[in-house]
Amino acid sequence: MLSEEERKEIEAEAGQYDRKEAGSVEALKVVQRHRGWVSDEAIRDISAALDMTPDELDAVATFYSFIFRREVGRNLILVCDSVACYVMGYQGVLDSIKEKLGIDLGGTTEDRRFTLLPISCLGQCDKAPAIMINEDIYGNLGPEMLDSILSRYK
Amino acid sequence: MATIYIDNKPYQANEKQNLLHACLSLGFNIPYFCWHPAMNSVGACRQCAVKEFKDENDKRGKIVMSCMTAVRDGLRISIDDPEVKEFRARVIEWLMTNHPHDCPVCDEGGECHLQDMTVMTGHVYRRFRFRKRTYVNQDLGPFVNHEMNRCIQCYRCVRFYNEYADGRDFGVFACHNHVYFGRHKDGVLESKFSGNLVEVCPTGVFTDKTLKRHYTRKWDLQTAPSICPHCGMGCNTIPGERYGTLRRIRTRYSGQVNGYFICDRGRYGYEFVNSPERIKDPLRRVSGEGAGPGKYAPFEKGTALGAIKDVLNVSRGVMGIGSPRASLEANFALKKLVGAENFFLGIPDADYRILSLVLDIYTKGSARTPTLDEVESSDAILILGEDVSSTAPRLALAIRQAVKRKSFEAAGGMTIPYWDDKAVRIAAGGRRNPLFILSCSHTGLDDMAKERYFAAPDDLARLAFAFASRIDTGAPGPEGMSPDFKDLTARICGALESSKNPLIVCGAGAKNEGLVQGAANLAWALRKQGKSAFLSFVLPGANELGLGIIGGRPVADALKAIGEQKADTVIALENDLYRSLDKKNADTLLSAKFSITLDQISNETTKKSWAVLPAASFAESEGTYVNFEGRAQRFYKVFVQGGGTEESWKWLRDIMLEAGRPEASNWDTLDGILRDMANEIPVLAPITGIAPPETFRIAGMKVPRQPHRYSGRTAMHADKSLLEPKPPEDRDSALSFSMEGYAGVPPPALIQRFWAPGWNSVQALNKFQSEVGGPLRGGDPGKRLFEPGPGASPAYFAQVPPGFQPRKDEWLLLPVYHIFGSEELSMHAPGIASLAPDPYIALSEQDRLQLGKQEGEYMEVGIGETSYSLPVKPVRELPEGIALMPSGLPGLSGIGFPVWIKKPGKGARR
Amino acid sequence: MNERPLTGMFRPDGLAPDIKEYESKGGYQGLRRALSMSPGEVQEEVRASDLRGRGGAGFQTGAKWSFVPMGENAPRPKYLAANCDEMEPGAFKDRLLMEGNPHLLIEGMIIGAWAVQADIAFIFLRWAYKEAARRLEKALHEACQGGYLGKNILGSGFSLEMRIHTSAGRYICGEETALITALEGKRATPRSKPPFPQTSGLWGKPTVVNNTESFCNVPHILAKGAEWYKSISRSADGGTKIYTVSGRVKNPGWWELPMGATVRELIYEHAGGMREGYKFRAVIPGGASTEFLIEEHLDVKMDFDDVQKAGSRLGTGTMIVLDDRTCPVGTVFNLENFFARESCGWCTPCREGLPWIAKTLNAIECGEGRYEDLSMLEAHCHLLAPGHTYCALAPGAVEPLQSALKYFREDFSRHIEGKGCPWS
Ligand SMILES: Cc1cc2nc3c(=O)[nH]c(=O)nc-3n(C[C@H](O)[C@H](O)[C@H](O)COP(=O)(O)O)c2cc1C
Ligand code: SF4
Ligand code: FES
Repeated sequence: MLSEEERKEIEAEAGQYDRKEAGSVEALKVVQRHRGWVSDEAIRDISAALDMTPDELDAVATFYSFIFRREVGRNLILVCDSVACYVMGYQGVLDSIKEKLGIDLGGTTEDRRFTLLPISCLGQCDKAPAIMINEDIYGNLGPEMLDSILSRYK
Repeated sequence: MATIYIDNKPYQANEKQNLLHACLSLGFNIPYFCWHPAMNSVGACRQCAVKEFKDENDKRGKIVMSCMTAVRDGLRISIDDPEVKEFRARVIEWLMTNHPHDCPVCDEGGECHLQDMTVMTGHVYRRFRFRKRTYVNQDLGPFVNHEMNRCIQCYRCVRFYNEYADGRDFGVFACHNHVYFGRHKDGVLESKFSGNLVEVCPTGVFTDKTLKRHYTRKWDLQTAPSICPHCGMGCNTIPGERYGTLRRIRTRYSGQVNGYFICDRGRYGYEFVNSPERIKDPLRRVSGEGAGPGKYAPFEKGTALGAIKDVLNVSRGVMGIGSPRASLEANFALKKLVGAENFFLGIPDADYRILSLVLDIYTKGSARTPTLDEVESSDAILILGEDVSSTAPRLALAIRQAVKRKSFEAAGGMTIPYWDDKAVRIAAGGRRNPLFILSCSHTGLDDMAKERYFAAPDDLARLAFAFASRIDTGAPGPEGMSPDFKDLTARICGALESSKNPLIVCGAGAKNEGLVQGAANLAWALRKQGKSAFLSFVLPGANELGLGIIGGRPVADALKAIGEQKADTVIALENDLYRSLDKKNADTLLSAKFSITLDQISNETTKKSWAVLPAASFAESEGTYVNFEGRAQRFYKVFVQGGGTEESWKWLRDIMLEAGRPEASNWDTLDGILRDMANEIPVLAPITGIAPPETFRIAGMKVPRQPHRYSGRTAMHADKSLLEPKPPEDRDSALSFSMEGYAGVPPPALIQRFWAPGWNSVQALNKFQSEVGGPLRGGDPGKRLFEPGPGASPAYFAQVPPGFQPRKDEWLLLPVYHIFGSEELSMHAPGIASLAPDPYIALSEQDRLQLGKQEGEYMEVGIGETSYSLPVKPVRELPEGIALMPSGLPGLSGIGFPVWIKKPGKGARR
Repeated sequence: MNERPLTGMFRPDGLAPDIKEYESKGGYQGLRRALSMSPGEVQEEVRASDLRGRGGAGFQTGAKWSFVPMGENAPRPKYLAANCDEMEPGAFKDRLLMEGNPHLLIEGMIIGAWAVQADIAFIFLRWAYKEAARRLEKALHEACQGGYLGKNILGSGFSLEMRIHTSAGRYICGEETALITALEGKRATPRSKPPFPQTSGLWGKPTVVNNTESFCNVPHILAKGAEWYKSISRSADGGTKIYTVSGRVKNPGWWELPMGATVRELIYEHAGGMREGYKFRAVIPGGASTEFLIEEHLDVKMDFDDVQKAGSRLGTGTMIVLDDRTCPVGTVFNLENFFARESCGWCTPCREGLPWIAKTLNAIECGEGRYEDLSMLEAHCHLLAPGHTYCALAPGAVEPLQSALKYFREDFSRHIEGKGCPWS
């Protein structure tokens, strides 16, 4: 079931267009904002609100990389793995995060505190290597900076 | 026509087409995947590359996709250029990087387009040495098997399922080389055309699940041209047999009838042929010792004929009950046997009246019955009272295309060629030709309708008269229409009047004669206004129209004859009287001293007959059906059932010969009885010409039902006898039960499989068409029996029916149809039966509330003398005073719709 | 001092100027002038300025606009979209512009919309650009309040609605036809051209898509004229360009310079040359989908034609420098892996060819390479040429590979021979 708030937000997004389905990506993001991810049940509820079938909505949802169809942790660490960060050695940063959290890319810590994912170029190439945690960007990273950064996220 | 140069030689090609289409039509082999003649080009697979040159001096050229290149005068291309050949081989190599190479265990084996194209491009050695991606498969229901690992991402399945058939429970998921074709969740595919995925998919992702259960290599199937027996559309099919059982059905392309597609009832209903309930020997009710209800003993054919002859000799009167599911030949033979006076059309009374009316309209009418191909070209459609999606599924699919065809117009205005499918869809921005559906409840085409209107059939009939009289004031119209009706009339007539090829669709579904007359009046009125209006009537039986053409009296008269003791013998031809009549009347008929039934599967009627003769099914028979369009089409034996089964007309012939009746003396072969029919019934004059006669040979050879690769012929019966049996002879047709014979393309009516050198999949069809996607070489098979005369101007039906008067204490009970469930034979196929609904009664929301019933709560319904306990299904839009019940479900058959039934008292409970 | 129309208003504190500040420094003057001209005249002014699209392909902006059907009978509504998807690895110029001066983009879009008589405008924004989203939202609100958006803009009778559409990730969304498909709420697969979006775009209606930076040039062209615009360039192409340099240089960053600054200037003057202990090996001049340039190209002018002559593309003008201590094979693997991952999955060569390339490069990098792999890779560079694939993603993807095979052949061989990466 969509919450009242989710429903309102979805209607506001979809209402901007003649065809409700145009609001599909936004609607998925609404639910993701509230719940962190989009479950099968959510797919069915959102699709009904958009006059789509679950199949039609899921086709869209699974296309985009940042609609999560599996549960993720409370905080999302996105490590840029594109070329500038590669040249500047993001691998060291990534390895260090993996080691600290004991998870691989795509993994979630047991306490659901973090999910670790790769992301394509964050547009911080002049501050490479860079990562993004939730909405915060960190650039010019070295492995030694990670402890204090990660400690900010509960 | 344009001149194009292919590898420096000039050819004539159609400018409207894309280059791939044109080259294939010219007979060139260009490999392709994503393109499909019914679905056009999207340029996804990149397999159809050719080289285009600017002019004669251009030696380098550039690689283009032929499916995305327009034919134009002076175009110079090369198919054989080494660079482009190399490119095409690499495309296959890419596609194969993740393909599992599981050909030995793949159901597509032997007719795989991917295999054909791989060989065609010359890609042989595998260089990709990395891990393949793998997928999890889904359970898609009883019909379609899913093996995603074989997918080559040609996108044809989604394009067919979602865009062509408008299904919404299937799609493409994920991204990059993980794209996945299937459903959001496992589950039965909802589209009633899902089986076409099997033919549309160029590899083994979607395969026939019913075939899988009794799998046979494609080259081991014995096949023959056939006609679907499951509704009145007359879709052309190719059934395949091995070891005496039918293994599957495939579409037999016909440019004018079913094109590339058939519905799931037609594809999967075939399993009735293999039913354990099949009657395979003549049976006689046991009398004396061991007698009892349902006690039958087999008797040998000769004895049976003798016994029946004796009965005929002593009988006080013999009545024949014909059947809409039996061939023209069988009905004709029965009519000859019993005499015209004693031949009754074994259909319910309402259907009888409608059938007579339709024949009358077709005979004198000025509006043409369209081919399905023509249906797709109509630009405004009105459906009156028929749920086409359930009673004539293939017609519904054609109507969907007609509605969407508007997009070509929009695209044409922007100079986008019709074949550029994605661009056409985008340019159209969802524009559609108008479809209006007037019916008493929702139908399976509602999603395409511009407007729906729900009313009782009598009111719909009045509306149809009103439309006609608005379009031509000379047509009679009702008095005193409500303003609502007037607005609706204005909207619908406006749309019809501003179209070029309007189509009016009606049928027997609503069981309303006035509606049929109104539909005819409307189509005729449009004709008078100079429109090339089409008129289609949907009739339920595969040979319903044929039965009408043979002609006979209503069954009610047969009941009278029994009552008056004028007759004491009944011969029922492929007709379960308990479906055509209510129980009481069926009992009355079967109370005749002697009842003889010819049928395929045991049913209420066979269980109560004095004698039962095993009738061959469509797949074991040769004969003719007349479809809804008035097209007579021939079907052929796929195999010989063995045992005592015999084609019905041959049983009847043998009875006549045994009884020394001279009428059957010329019926030695099918051609004999065809000739007699053609001579005797003027409308049927063309039927001897719809297919080559038995004597037809090509280079002295018959057309073989088995392919050259057919294996095990000498050994397949070794478990029974080490002596290789002589193959059955086919004395009725130019087809033979063997591998030997003419290997080339036979005349269209005899096409038993689509195969051409290098083309083992159904795409070999390209080589059978005079232009890819067009008619078969030599013309699409079958002959239309009714063409309106040039000056035809029939008099309008003058009687405007009165409006519907709801009754206080009664409902008018009408039938509602289910594609899976309402048709008799297909319900013996397990897959179809599993998808049929359980019996129910549909009430309007208002009635449900008034009765205080929950959805699904049971309710007693009395019809005649029978009482049914049925769950309530609320149907919001149902007009006042009407209730619906599914037609033909087991347990609900024999209801003589329309019928008034008593409303139960308020709150009545079971 | 150079003219810096694009970044001149950026604030030292990194915040975005609000509408007051923007107006006080000449903001929305271009729009006012545009509204006093006819749409055709605005199109002409932009065409005369020689503004070439900054999204990578360098198509003349004025010419693009001129294909939109105009007049009474033109299909309606017409749409305009700013391509702010910026997912090309190495590129961050659009982010700078949106964060540094969101009103400039909005003003450029309004002028564009007037020029083609669009009814609805979209800012198609990348998912990860959260800060840009916040600033754009605020600016949009201000612009509406200020009468620059909505009904009857500045009393001109012209109305425009502007919305932000935030995508959910996928590089392909930046391809203009895929962007349009994404706006429709569908899977963002590209469309074939023709028909061009200008005639049949969003929902089949005329649609113009331009890059962020392209739009940001427009207000100044209108405010100061095409001649001025051409005069501030150092090359045949008009205007200034935001160049960026990243990699092991002393001072990675961005600079707005006249079109035509040289590679050497950018790396050695502005970015301060290579860091201590690192030597220059090559540079990707315009984002991940452009061919490497090497030492001999240092004096190439960074404009559309000159970079092309040198065998690469100006692309987005965002450079990534490859140093001598980074493995070129690993770098190319990184690039190709990105493209393989971002293929939309529609056409075969891209969907299947790129993963094969990436897997092969990885094998080489890991010491499992074979000599025949090199010819396989080379063949792919030709096989994925423009026209062979459905859109330009795959042809772009093989550009760096093609040049790497040319310039770093030995490094590839060393990997294969030595069964491993010499750098690790
Ligand atoms: C795979 C691919 C990704 C692209 N990504 C972007 C992008 O992120 N931003 C952009 O402005 N243009 C991108 N483009 C170019 C656009 O297709 C289009 O040419 C551009 O938005 C037009 O704007 P312009 O004429 O102002 O340059 C991309 C092209 C391709 C083939
Ligand atoms: S539409 Fe009718 S004739 Fe055609 S396949 Fe279906 S059931 Fe058979
Ligand atoms: S058939 Fe032409 S690209 Fe697929």
